[in-house]
Amino acid sequence: MEESTSPKQEKENQELGEARRSWDVKTAASPQYSEPASFEPLEAKQGLETGRQSRSSRYWSPQSGARTSLGGSAGPETSSPAPLSPRESSSTPSPLAPAIQDLGAPPQSDRTTSVIPEAGTPDPDPLEQSSDKRESTHHTNQSDGNTFQQSQQPHLCGPRAVSYKNANQKELRFDVFQEEVSNSDYDLHQPATGGSEVAPSMLETTVQNAKAYLLKTSSKSGLNLYDHLSNMLTKILDERPENAVDIIENISQDVKMAHFSKKFDALQNENEMLPTYEIAEKQKALFLQVHLEGVDQELEDEIVENALPNVMESAFYFEQAGVGLGTDETYRIFLALKQLTDTHPIQRCRFWGKILGLEMNYIVAEVEFREGEDEEEVEEEDVDEERDNRESEADEDEEDELPKSLYKAPQAIPKEESRTGANKYVYFVCNEPGRPWVKLPPVTPAQIVIARKIKKFFTGRLDAPIISYPPFPGNESNYLRAQIARISAGTHVSPLGFYQFGEEEGEEEEEVEGSQNSFEENPDFEGIQVIDLVETLSNWVHHVQHILSQGRCNWFNSVQKNEEEEEEEDEEKEEPDYIEQEVGPPLLTPISEDLEIQNIPPWTTRLSSNLIPQYAIAVLQSNLWPGAYAFSNGKKFENFYIGWGHKYSPDNYTPPVPPPVYQEYPSGPEITEMDDPGVEEEQAFRAAQEAVLLAAEENEETEEDEDEEDDYD
Amino acid sequence: MDAESLLLSLELASGSGQGLSPDRRASLLTSLLLVKRDYRYDRVLFWGRILGLVADYYIAQGLSEDQLAPRKTLYSLNCTEWSLLPPATEEMVAQSSVVKGRFMGDPSYEYEHIELQKVNEGEKVFEEEVVIQIKEETRLVYVIDQIDKAVAIIPRGALFKTPFGPTHVNRTFEGLSLSEAKKLSSYFHFREPVELKNKTLLEKADLDPSLDFMDSLEHDVPKGSWSIQMERGNTLVVLRSLLWPGLTFYHAPRTRNYGYIYVGTGEKNMDLPFML
Repeated sequence: MEESTSPKQEKENQELGEARRSWDVKTAASPQYSEPASFEPLEAKQGLETGRQSRSSRYWSPQSGARTSLGGSAGPETSSPAPLSPRESSSTPSPLAPAIQDLGAPPQSDRTTSVIPEAGTPDPDPLEQSSDKRESTHHTNQSDGNTFQQSQQPHLCGPRAVSYKNANQKELRFDVFQEEVSNSDYDLHQPATGGSEVAPSMLETTVQNAKAYLLKTSSKSGLNLYDHLSNMLTKILDERPENAVDIIENISQDVKMAHFSKKFDALQNENEMLPTYEIAEKQKALFLQVHLEGVDQELEDEIVENALPNVMESAFYFEQAGVGLGTDETYRIFLALKQLTDTHPIQRCRFWGKILGLEMNYIVAEVEFREGEDEEEVEEEDVDEERDNRESEADEDEEDELPKSLYKAPQAIPKEESRTGANKYVYFVCNEPGRPWVKLPPVTPAQIVIARKIKKFFTGRLDAPIISYPPFPGNESNYLRAQIARISAGTHVSPLGFYQFGEEEGEEEEEVEGSQNSFEENPDFEGIQVIDLVETLSNWVHHVQHILSQGRCNWFNSVQKNEEEEEEEDEEKEEPDYIEQEVGPPLLTPISEDLEIQNIPPWTTRLSSNLIPQYAIAVLQSNLWPGAYAFSNGKKFENFYIGWGHKYSPDNYTPPVPPPVYQEYPSGPEITEMDDPGVEEEQAFRAAQEAVLLAAEENEETEEDEDEEDDYD
Repeated sequence: MDAESLLLSLELASGSGQGLSPDRRASLLTSLLLVKRDYRYDRVLFWGRILGLVADYYIAQGLSEDQLAPRKTLYSLNCTEWSLLPPATEEMVAQSSVVKGRFMGDPSYEYEHIELQKVNEGEKVFEEEVVIQIKEETRLVYVIDQIDKAVAIIPRGALFKTPFGPTHVNRTFEGLSLSEAKKLSSYFHFREPVELKNKTLLEKADLDPSLDFMDSLEHDVPKGSWSIQMERGNTLVVLRSLLWPGLTFYHAPRTRNYGYIYVGTGEKNMDLPFML
């Protein structure tokens, strides 16, 4: 507390250091030093900017003013570095308060920070006035005039002022300030007289020093603490989160991150959002389609109207059952179907359902082309098979020496013609509404047979290979088509009487094709009560042909063709002449005839709503193909599938065992391998041979003897 | 999914096709509110629907302040009256794991399971067939517990752990970014961590202890048991579990909407390795 300017700083630092240490203790002695020095430097800066005159009161006032400008509650909460001693100093002023009435710092702290333990507020009125004014400063220099008045107040507390002043010296950095302060300090140091004018300058200097420190730019990040704190506190005051003290670190982090993110934002965002925009563009195209058509639209509309199903209506009913894709998604699918019908010559179209996949999903549309407008089918597969057969035959002819294999590849069962059986409808799929529709190839019986034996997830890409045992002949598009065929055959049902057989029935002899394939809508259908539909399953019938285990709907007798080949070959036949004809349940059989799965009924019927039964609809859920639903309100009905595309089996899937090794060639001595004789056998053989030779020699000798004897005679 | 945002959540989760009918939705909105009040839960989640042969079970879960504390499970057959289910005990787990097949839909239905047990009678030891009755309610508890442990997930950053222990909802969670949303590592299992301790120190060093305190989906066995897709043109990321088909998790990137719902038969897909 001595008056010399040069050692002043040291002493001040010392005192301040003590102040800091004794901060928590809050003894009477220490508080003297811990007067909010850092507040003062901050405000001191302001003071400097505006003028030095109102320093004194400024020093006191800024304490609270500074506190408020920093954001009131920030005091104890900010994780600001140590040099910022406003926190520390804020609590200590309180004991000083009784001594220093005009300073008003303690009452200010009282008001602004909760940490500060309050002693009595000595002279609240002038202080409060000043504090009000101070609080309005907020880094502005408005309180000049006010504080100027207050500058007189420190007069009263000379020694205290001195102590305050000393406490404030701790942050002294700038020589300029020092000199000025020292001058003012010098004045202050005159005990009890006129010290007030000097003291503020000391405080102001310290404040300025502290502020300067805070403004120092970090070498790493280019930020400075002052700005960061002010941003953070501004953010907190703006947003007012709950329990700010608990998340203060997060807020600090967020503020820091906000500085940096702007630089990189542009690049990253573009990449990420591109796919979104792409798809949005495509879907926008869907909505715009209407305007592209020309004058012919009206004409086409008439035709097209029949083709396009009322997807929204069906979706509404399915929603009652709790099944559906959401209204906007369904509407987009609706538009996509419209696009499909506009671009292809389609007689009838139906939204079949959605099959989920690993990477992407499939939206499936069931389509029937107009008569004669079928697109050509791809016949590559058949051609390949024929070629292979020919080649193998050629090989055999060339090398007759090789034993002929008895193996004959089982006759490939030809696929059904389009518009019949499993290929009755053509299916289009797309991954998302807005993407182009892709036509699925027709299904072959072999594919169905093998699809029954494997269980694989769909990936969402039509060209993905299916790696399985037994090997599936085709890629994902074929597997998808096969599963669609199976699901349709198993779960497409309609109320009894909705469809009836066409009047032109084929002859009713057992022969295969065409007998009961055709059905048509019954114009006299009067509808069935919903309750009836729910109670018994016999009111529902399958309207898709059952697929036989052969893989076709209509039996193909492969024996017939075999007969021709048999004439050419040897008579050795191991195949039976007669293959039993497979028979499946005829079309339009009620689903009550469906087989149970262990003890589970194949279908579950529900009313869509138990609360309002009079308007409820009947809902059927398949237990065999989970995800297949059908509804009917008595007159209308619809089928739908949404799921992974697999059948339900209560037992775990077991992959089929490879067949036993086939006896391809007749085993006989010609081709059977003989073991080479072992050593003992050879020796035994040799011994036997020698024995024979010996015996032969003896015989010869005896014969010779006999001959000789004869000769002699 | 949170009962408070039920309608939006149902709309977002509708990509899997199975949701709720309007009357169920309406009754859920009202009844879940009452459940929250009556049981004094901090949050009520609509967990999903288990399809039975005769009727469906609608399941809800209530959470207390600590998000990772064991959740209380309630079930209802009509979305109006809810009954509390007992927590899963080991005995229940052991018993119910042998039951297979679909749920009936009747909580008092009893499954019969025949077990061979060795019975000592005097000096003889012979096997006897014992018929064990397992109530469907027990099985329900078991299945819900299994599904929760295996596939209930939340995005990274949605919960944070305080040093005092309890886990809280992170109010500053703003959603995952698009690139993060496509990675499996941004999603955590919504349960006490099991594998976290097995991580190497190197991996642990990168983790933020307040956010990364649960197992991520990256190391789920078998690999590929989750299907991640972007729907609605990249504005919605949907994860579907292949191990428990029917579990759908959705999240709209850059927003706070996320949740999961299970609609299915309550059977584990044991064929998964064959199907991948």
